[in-house]
Amino acid sequence: MTSTYVGTDHIPPKRKAIGQAMILIATILLVALFITQTLFKAGNIAAGFENWRPVLYAYLIWSIALCWGITLIKGERGHRALFVLPAFLFTIAMVIFPLIFSVYISLHDWNLSAFDGQKFNGIDNFIALLEDTYYWNSMLNMVYYLIAILFEYAIAFGLALLLNAQIVARKFFRVVFLMPLMLSPVAVSWMLGKSLMEYRFGPAASLARQLGWESPAFFSTPEIARLSIMILDAWTFIPFMMIMLLAGLQALPKEVNEAARIDGANNWQHFWNITFPLMLPVSITATVIRIIFKLKLADIVINVTSGGPGGATDTVTSFIFREYRDRSNVGYGTMMAVVFLIIIIILMTALLNLLNRWMSKVT
Amino acid sequence: MSLLGHINFLPKKTVSDSYRGVNIIVYRILIYSALLFWAFLCLFPIYWTITTSFKTAVNVTQGHLIPWVDFVPKWIGFRSLGLSPETFFQISTVRDEFVKRFVNSVITSTSASILAVMLGSLAAYGLSRFEYKLGFIKNTDISFFFLSQMILPPVVLALPFLVLYRELALLDTTIGLVMLYGLMVLPIVIWIMRDQFSTIPIELEEAGLVDGLSVWGVFLRIVLPISFPGMVAAFILCLVLTWNEYFFAALLTSADAKTLPVMVASQTGSQGINWWSMAALSTAAIAPLAIIGVFLESYIVKGLSTGAVK
Repeated sequence: MTSTYVGTDHIPPKRKAIGQAMILIATILLVALFITQTLFKAGNIAAGFENWRPVLYAYLIWSIALCWGITLIKGERGHRALFVLPAFLFTIAMVIFPLIFSVYISLHDWNLSAFDGQKFNGIDNFIALLEDTYYWNSMLNMVYYLIAILFEYAIAFGLALLLNAQIVARKFFRVVFLMPLMLSPVAVSWMLGKSLMEYRFGPAASLARQLGWESPAFFSTPEIARLSIMILDAWTFIPFMMIMLLAGLQALPKEVNEAARIDGANNWQHFWNITFPLMLPVSITATVIRIIFKLKLADIVINVTSGGPGGATDTVTSFIFREYRDRSNVGYGTMMAVVFLIIIIILMTALLNLLNRWMSKVT
Repeated sequence: MSLLGHINFLPKKTVSDSYRGVNIIVYRILIYSALLFWAFLCLFPIYWTITTSFKTAVNVTQGHLIPWVDFVPKWIGFRSLGLSPETFFQISTVRDEFVKRFVNSVITSTSASILAVMLGSLAAYGLSRFEYKLGFIKNTDISFFFLSQMILPPVVLALPFLVLYRELALLDTTIGLVMLYGLMVLPIVIWIMRDQFSTIPIELEEAGLVDGLSVWGVFLRIVLPISFPGMVAAFILCLVLTWNEYFFAALLTSADAKTLPVMVASQTGSQGINWWSMAALSTAAIAPLAIIGVFLESYIVKGLSTGAVK
C-alpha cells in the first residue's frame, strides 16, 4: 500500500498553477508582513502593528495555503503529506523558532523589568554561568534526583509483581495504586509536604516522634530535605513506572508466570534468572521515560521548599524559575536553560547509544 | 482465585506438602500485607486532605484523625471556599474566583488535549502507513523529530515564550496556554498512536481503497472508529498531564487565564494553621482527576501500556 499509487493520478496543469500561486502569495504576504513589522519595531518606518499578532495570523494563513496548495499540486501524494504536515508546521513554529530565539536571548543582557531593554553582551552570560555555584549545585542535585530513580524502579517493579500475582481485588488495588499519579503535584506539595510532613502537627511528624526522632524537621537540613523531595516525587511517579512494568509482566509468555506461581519458595531465583532478563526492554523504556520526566521536576520543589535550605533541593528548572521570578533576568535564565538542554542532549544521546549497543549484545 | 481455593487444589497431603501449604499461606499473608501497606500509603494523604477540610484548629493541632470518633466534622473548609451547603446559595467572591480558575483549567486542558490528539493522531497515522521523502528526510527522521521533543525540558522554552508571547499579546491568554500544552503532550500522543495504528491490519484499509475511498476516506471511515479507544486513552493521559501542569501556567498567566494549580500554589504560601481551607481547596482541585482515575483507570493503563510493550 505504501507506494502503489504514487504518481499515478494525472494533475491538470491549471490546478498545479493555482496551487503554486496560492503558496507563493501566502509566502509573500508572510515575508512582507514580517519585514514591515521588523522595520516598524526598529523604528525605521512609521506604519506597523502594535504587536506581532498579525505575523502569527500570517503564519497560520501560510500554513493553510501550503497544505492546500500541496494537495492541488501533488494530488494523491499531497493528500498523504497532509497527515503529517499540520503537526510538523505546529512543532516548527512552537519549538524550532523559539529555540533559535532562545539562543538569541541568551546572548543578551535582557531584563524584562529594566526600561532600557536588551543589550547584546556576547558570551558574558555564559561566563557568569560558569562561575555560578548555585547553578552547578542545582545540576549536582539533578544527579541525586536521577539516582533516586533506581529506588523508584525497584519499588515499582515490586508493586508490579504484587499486582501480577494471584490476588483478589486486583482491579481495586490497581486503581488505588494509580491514584497518586492523578493528583496535581501542586496539591501534593500541600497535602504531603506542607501538612502531613509539617513539623508541629503533621501526622508524619508525629509518627516520626513516636518512633524516636526527636525533631522531625523534614525540610530544614539539606540531606533530609532532599530526601523528602525525592520521596514526594517518588510517591507521585511510582505508579507511572509500575503500570508500564505491569504491562510488561502481563505480556510475558504464560509459562513464565505460571512457573513463578507454582513454586512459591523458589521465586527469588526464578525472578533473577528468567523474569528480570525478559523484562529488560520494558524496564529500559520505563526508566528512560522516567528520566525524561525527572529532568522536568520543578513544581514540588518550587512549592514546598523553594529550593532551600541553601539550594539543597533546587532543580535546574526551579532555580531558573526563581531567577526569573526574583530578578526578571531573562537573558541569563535562558543561557542557563540552553546549557541545561545541551547537557541533556549530549547525555541522553550517549545513554541511548550505550543502551542500544548493550541491548543488541544481550539479546 | 481465592486463598482457600488455592490450598484445596493441592494434592494429597504429605509432610513436605503440608510444609508447602504453610509456606504458601505465609507467602499469601506477605503479599496481602504488602498490598495493603502500599494501598494505605496511597490513600492516607487523600484521606487526610479530605478529613482536614472538616477540621477546626483544635482538631488539627491535637492530631485528630477519625471523623465522628476523634472530632466532629464541620463544613469549615468548604465554607471558606463558599462551597458548603449553607453558603452555596449566597454570594461568595472566593467561590467566584475558584470557579473561574476551575473553568479555566477545564477549558485549557481539554482544548490542549483535543488539539494534541488531533494533530498527533494524523501524524502518527501518516508515519505508520506512508513513506515520506523530502530531500534526505525520511520517515524515521520525522518520527525522531517528533519524539525527541519529549526530552526538551519545559524550562528551555519557558523564557523565550515569555518574551514571544509578550510581543504576540498572548501572555495571560487561554489560547496561548493551550498551544503550549498541546505542544507539550503532542509527542506522547504520537508515541501512543503510532503503536495503536500499527496493530490495525492493513488489509482492512486496502479493502477500503479498492472500494474507491480516498486515503482520507479510509482514515475517517475505517481507521478512526477502530482506533477510537486508543485515542481516548491518549486523550485522558494528555488530560492528566495538562490539568496538573503548573510551571508554564505560573510563568505565563497572571489574572485572566490563571489555572487551578496556580491558584492552589498561591494559597499555600499563607502561614498559620488555616489548614481547613487549604485542604478544601486541594480536595476540590484533585477531585476531577481522582474521579477520572477511578472510572477511566483502564484507559490510563492502556495508554501507558501501549508505549511500554511493543
